[in-house]
Amino acid sequence: MNKTILEVNGLSTKYITRFREDVYAVRNVSFKVEEGHSLGIAGESGCGKSTLALSLMGYYFAPLHYISGDIIINGKNISGLKPDQVRKNVLGTEIAYIPQAAMNALNPTRKVIRFIEDVMYAHGSKMSKKEIYDLARERFEILNLPADTLHKFSVELSGGMKQRTVIAISTILSPKVLIADEPSSALDVSSQKMVIKMLHDLMDLGFIKAMLFITHELPLLYNVTDDIMVMYAGQIVEKGSKDQMIFDPIHPYSKGLMGSILVPEDGTRNIKLTAIPGTPPNLKNPPTGCSFAERCKYATSRCKVYDVEYTELEGGRGSRCLKPEHELRGLYDDGKVDFSNE
Amino acid sequence: MSSKKEVCLSGTGVTKVFGFGSKKTVAVNNIDFQFHSGELVSIVGESGSGKTTLIKMLLGLTSVTNGDIFFMGEKRDISSHRKKKEYWKGIQAIFQDPFSSYNIFSKIDSVLLDCIHMRGGRRLPREKKLKMMREACSFVNLKFDEMTNKYPFELSGGQMQRLMIARIFLLKPKILLADEPTSMIDACSRATILDMLLKLRDEINMMIIFITHDMGLAYYVSDTVYIMEKGKFVEHGNADEVVLAPKADYTKKLLSDVPKIHEPWDFRKSGKS
Amino acid sequence: MRNQFRQLIRSGKFMTGFIIFNALVLLTIFYPIFNPGNPLAMIGFDSFIPPGTYFSLYDSVNPNIHVYTLRIPGADEARIQSLLPMDEREAMGEWLIREGVPKEQINIEDFTGLLELWFAHYNPDIRIDGMTIADRRFYQRLNAKVEGIFDIVDIHLYTYNNETEEYEFQAAISSEDYIRLRDVVNIVRLPLGTDNFGMDMMRKLVSAIGTSLLIGLIAGSIATVIGLILGLVAGYVGGIIDEIIMFFSNLFTVIPGFVLLILISYSIGQAGRSVTVIGIVIGLTAWVWTTRSVRSQVLSLRHRDHVSLSKLSGHSMPRIIIKDILPYIASYVVMAFILQISTAILAEAGLSMLGLGPRTTDVATLGLMMNWAMVYSAHLTGAWWAYYPVLLVIALISFSLNLMNTGLDQVFNPQLRN
Repeated sequence: MNKTILEVNGLSTKYITRFREDVYAVRNVSFKVEEGHSLGIAGESGCGKSTLALSLMGYYFAPLHYISGDIIINGKNISGLKPDQVRKNVLGTEIAYIPQAAMNALNPTRKVIRFIEDVMYAHGSKMSKKEIYDLARERFEILNLPADTLHKFSVELSGGMKQRTVIAISTILSPKVLIADEPSSALDVSSQKMVIKMLHDLMDLGFIKAMLFITHELPLLYNVTDDIMVMYAGQIVEKGSKDQMIFDPIHPYSKGLMGSILVPEDGTRNIKLTAIPGTPPNLKNPPTGCSFAERCKYATSRCKVYDVEYTELEGGRGSRCLKPEHELRGLYDDGKVDFSNE
Repeated sequence: MSSKKEVCLSGTGVTKVFGFGSKKTVAVNNIDFQFHSGELVSIVGESGSGKTTLIKMLLGLTSVTNGDIFFMGEKRDISSHRKKKEYWKGIQAIFQDPFSSYNIFSKIDSVLLDCIHMRGGRRLPREKKLKMMREACSFVNLKFDEMTNKYPFELSGGQMQRLMIARIFLLKPKILLADEPTSMIDACSRATILDMLLKLRDEINMMIIFITHDMGLAYYVSDTVYIMEKGKFVEHGNADEVVLAPKADYTKKLLSDVPKIHEPWDFRKSGKS
Repeated sequence: MRNQFRQLIRSGKFMTGFIIFNALVLLTIFYPIFNPGNPLAMIGFDSFIPPGTYFSLYDSVNPNIHVYTLRIPGADEARIQSLLPMDEREAMGEWLIREGVPKEQINIEDFTGLLELWFAHYNPDIRIDGMTIADRRFYQRLNAKVEGIFDIVDIHLYTYNNETEEYEFQAAISSEDYIRLRDVVNIVRLPLGTDNFGMDMMRKLVSAIGTSLLIGLIAGSIATVIGLILGLVAGYVGGIIDEIIMFFSNLFTVIPGFVLLILISYSIGQAGRSVTVIGIVIGLTAWVWTTRSVRSQVLSLRHRDHVSLSKLSGHSMPRIIIKDILPYIASYVVMAFILQISTAILAEAGLSMLGLGPRTTDVATLGLMMNWAMVYSAHLTGAWWAYYPVLLVIALISFSLNLMNTGLDQVFNPQLRN
């Protein structure tokens, strides 16, 4: 059994809008990521996956507010820390965060190496500029980034290069956990592959111990992470290994989501795409019972009344549905989604 | 192939150049194409490949620097506003971002009413217009009575995009250019939109040109696929041929870079050399 | 829309600006109603009469006014003290110091102490080195005044009889006689005094606010309308028309607007410079920035999908501009309009300061008031009431309009909200 790097217990956060309304964006989320593992978070827009990423940093600023729960990184609970402490002791060294627009964060009037110096000195490094340069150069070369990038301005780099440079800068202190929130969705597919390869290298070479990857693109997730977690209305709906989740989802919502995958591969043309009618619930007043009951075609009257707990199943997976696994399988036309080539 | 079918939109040597002199950029570079009626064509290209410029030219929203476009076998003439209006009765579009496709200051009804007026229904009695609007909404599974008198921002992205399809239903064009109509909406609603587009194609027998960057989507919906790179078509043909047995290097690279679920990427091979 | 309106009302900045601006507007409307009269009437025959309440001396000795006798403790002291003004006390102190009285003992605030010292030490025969004869005379006169200061006598009133050509005794006014101020027929309140022409500053200021706002409104409307039309056409139509419009707007940008304004204003000549003409001239030189910013907004809007879709629906160009583009930039245009008003008012003030504003004999404007205050050296003679209130009003107008603009900006450009 590997060491647990990131453990989240019952994390809940909310947004407070301009009109003083509470929006419960992350509701009682618990999961663990072990050393050397990566976890993908999938879901429709507005399901709370990006808010979860922000909340995990322990760095709350308006309109995001912490409600309850623990975030334990490498045995250290960071959920109760003050913003200043988080900035000094957590960001960069324990957790690094890369949003979609990270590449636009580089000040165009400064060279790349300056940002690395900033990061080092902000975390109390006593190294000289020369030593920092050597370290950065070594790191860049290992990650297949040309070393002369260090002396360039961000405007001289292409979008994909910029994004990879930002990732290299933010992981220069070898944080334990890397949270990547759609880091490649603004890029074209070839740059996307380079970014993903770099994330893989970071994991393989041990510069980061665990990774959370957030995207709505399921085929991409399948190629990036070991496990996949599906979120809906601020809650975890189902979690499992990538093969289990993509080819054999249990929860009706994940089932619908996986049924909408489109890939340019033989045999995928003849599959009927599934659609989930309706819209996600308003998180200002989360519904009682199962959040998905409104849109679920297998829902019964029980589903709308009883709160559903997330239940662990065998094989490290888990799902949030009132119906047991075998009953759900019986409901689906085919027993499981079949993407095989026959 | 589909040579027996009538050619409804074609072009020879179509070129679009922006700027002059040293600032000159060729967005679309001397391309030829033939789209047949009833066909579903996909144009696949990455950002900057010139696909958006191409559809703007096909729609007549941007001038063509060089080359000719033929509509229903005749060279198209959009020299005056009246002729353009006539052309737009035959060719219509759905855009990528439903949120920016609406004028947020007008009610939704006006979008549908405009279509009825464009088809020459300006003088129809009100009841008839309402009936047509109701029919169009029910085609896309929207309830007209819930839609009427609302502003666009009161709808969800999926509803907005469905209303765009209702608009096409009323206009009944011969050709529909769909510019990434599903990229801004959630995966769960994507199937609904695609189904409706395909149903509409069968209903009014129109030709759809799908513009997308998503190979998987292009492969799923289309009969013919055109691959576009830097303003040129590098490969085209039957969807199965292009996707499963690509010939051009660019297509091969594009396909290898698209994440798949049956042949996952293996970075270990190339990564730790 | 309603939502944004609600936010606007909640926005502290906008409401502060709105309230100040409206207070000024209401002042221009209601002050003349309660205080009618020609703002340009020259009521004073002196320049720069200080602010205060004035009552007619002639009417106050009217025999019909009932005279009350009041014994107010301290009234005599106050009267005596007022007879010996500060500069004379300082002169007394100076003499005492020269005479050799220690400086610490002299306190000119302490009236009785000063007089005691004076009576103890003053001797008109003492010659002090460095004192001219004129100075000595001055001190002798001062001494006479100081000695007579405690003699409070009645003032006798006589009237001149034309027939007998003699003065006839009418009344004696004792130091304990009082009349009720309400009984005096003619009382003039000059809250801000008068200017160099003897015009009531308050009345003139209120009328000047009105005129300046009118100029701002005329100029702002003209600049906004021209800027909006040119910007819309340049941005939407593009091509050669855009090039031409941008050429002229670049031309106007390069030439400083204020210099242009001075030249045009000068060439019109004094006779032609009415409020409307000045407003139009300012408006004609101020459209450039509105054009440029409207154009850039339109440029980003015209490639939006809803405009393309409107074209595909067969709408004509004017309809697209009015229905699909104008509403999107409306909030922006309102903001530009507000700023234009503020700039125009400042431009008028600048022009008038140079003497190139509207004719003084016709109207009062804020700039003209500043101009005349400066010409008559109000700032050197200490007549603060001739320019401070004007400055304050200019600052308030500009401040309130800019606050409103910032408030609007925060509501309509959500990314600026914190």
